[in-house]
Amino acid sequence: MGNKAPIVEVRNIFKSYRRGTQTVPVLDNITFDIEEGEFLALMGPSGSGKSTLLNLIAGIDKADSGTITVGGIEITSLSETELAGWRATNVGFIFQFYNLIPVLTAFENVELPLLLTGLSRSGRREHVDLALKAVSLSDRADHYPSQLSGGQQQRVAIARAIITDPTILVADEPTGDLDRHSAEEILHLMERLVHELGKTVIMVTHDPRAAGKAHIIKQLEKGVLNSDVHSQNTF
Amino acid sequence: MFILKILFKNAFRHKLRTSLTVLGITIAVLAFGLLRTVVVAWYAGVEASSATRLVTRNAVSLVFFLPISYKEKIRQVPGVTEVGYSDWFGGVYKDEKNFFPNFATDAKTAIDLFPEFIIPPDQKTAFLRDRKGAVVGRKTAERFGWKLGDIVTLKGTIFPGNWEFVIRGIYRGAQKGTDETQFFFHWSYLNESLRKTAPYRADKVGWFLIGVKSPDVAPDVAVAIDKMFKNSLAETITETEKAFQLSFISMTEAIVVVIRLVSFIVIVIIMAVMANTMAMTVRERTGEYAIMKTLGFGGWHISGLIFGESLVIAAIGCASGIALTFPAAKAFGDSLSQFFPVFIVARSTIYMDMAAGLIVATVAAVFPIWRAITLRIADGLRRIG
Repeated sequence: MGNKAPIVEVRNIFKSYRRGTQTVPVLDNITFDIEEGEFLALMGPSGSGKSTLLNLIAGIDKADSGTITVGGIEITSLSETELAGWRATNVGFIFQFYNLIPVLTAFENVELPLLLTGLSRSGRREHVDLALKAVSLSDRADHYPSQLSGGQQQRVAIARAIITDPTILVADEPTGDLDRHSAEEILHLMERLVHELGKTVIMVTHDPRAAGKAHIIKQLEKGVLNSDVHSQNTF
Repeated sequence: MFILKILFKNAFRHKLRTSLTVLGITIAVLAFGLLRTVVVAWYAGVEASSATRLVTRNAVSLVFFLPISYKEKIRQVPGVTEVGYSDWFGGVYKDEKNFFPNFATDAKTAIDLFPEFIIPPDQKTAFLRDRKGAVVGRKTAERFGWKLGDIVTLKGTIFPGNWEFVIRGIYRGAQKGTDETQFFFHWSYLNESLRKTAPYRADKVGWFLIGVKSPDVAPDVAVAIDKMFKNSLAETITETEKAFQLSFISMTEAIVVVIRLVSFIVIVIIMAVMANTMAMTVRERTGEYAIMKTLGFGGWHISGLIFGESLVIAAIGCASGIALTFPAAKAFGDSLSQFFPVFIVARSTIYMDMAAGLIVATVAAVFPIWRAITLRIADGLRRIG
């Protein structure tokens, strides 16, 4: 670690929200890098700005000032339309509440991001089969989200996140809604994505056990980044 | 296929709400279709009129007669091929509720001038031979169970007395829109009687029906006829059959305007109902649209999904409404055949139904689409959980 090129470069990011006539600062001059293949955990108390920071890196929110470069592309200068296209191929999302589309089967949920690619139907099927196999859910392909447990739904969400082979994976409290056993399974799966597939993962969590799986833990407090904590899980 | 599946599944995610909305659209389209059919039926006589037929009537009013002697003068006008004449008889069969239009007419010419009334040759011959003979439309014959040879008595209202007729012919319409409710008999039968009972009313007709060579000569012929009788005791107005029919419609135009207005109000009401359904739907799915945007789906994709869903609901309701319009119009037409001799669902009505469905789907989707595409992803995600 430490000698790889940064895949994410965050420079002097400021972000604030308006609440009525008041401006509430959320992120205050954030600067850091994330290297390729790194598993980074963002921790901090509620309202510290960690989800906002994650959203900025994932291109679903705009900073007031500063730049963010992901995979060599400065996403802070992209338009909304360009950002949508960029997200489709460069970012995989894992959310706390899985956020699967309830009327689609596990297979179709995983297939959804591929509709934005030029892949043929058979090509999409091949990709989805592989992704579901990677999360050990091939036998649940035809199940609807309501027919799956929380852990299984999160595994489907992970399959959906990796289906386009994105540059980075962002996870917002991925174990926050799961029991301990399911949370362990999900964290193990995320570790495998980093170790076996070389994915770069940025995870927001409150859970110290989840953060313990990451290589680096960054602490945010009142919008300010504290010094890094290197986890023992580095390799 | 995938997208269609999503559209249908989304449309029926809230089954009760969607079913009620579909039912509302079905009823609205049915009501719209029936009201439009009433309007079309109102104008059926106008639509069925021929461009090569002119009508000459008394310039003062239709209730004033014209002398039969005008016939030969009119025949002399260049461009005229045939001249017939008729009187509105206004006879009642047993009871006033049994209304059907009945005319005393110049039988031979009437048959020639109305090729859209198809009478079998043997019946035509029998009718022309029998002074008391009458020809009746298929619908009226079926309504009263009349058969050839039956003796029918009409009670005169304009021409008092009981008038006996023998059914010698039953005509059917050449087209769907041809009126099959009329009853006509020999004007000479009426006139002979009037000569005895009311000589001052004899040898007069209600209007002349004139056949012209082609539609192009019709305006010149009309002008020539009216000029011929200018400053006479009975001045004339000659107009195309269409204009003549329209003059009747104009008397009831306010009713037609109201019917038209109500038909559009029905669509506006269902538009509001549908817009409410779509607004609720999109509000419930705000999080899902945020997720889709997160995955890279753009405004066009989201708009397509919302509009598609609106279209699916509207299309199902519209198709059901159109399908029900035909049997409903049939039942409606049968029960009110005395007022609407031609009550058929016109192709233009179906097109208007479809257009109404499309407009409802589009308008209902506009605001929800705007809400969804202007939604900030971060705000949308915050609503989940």
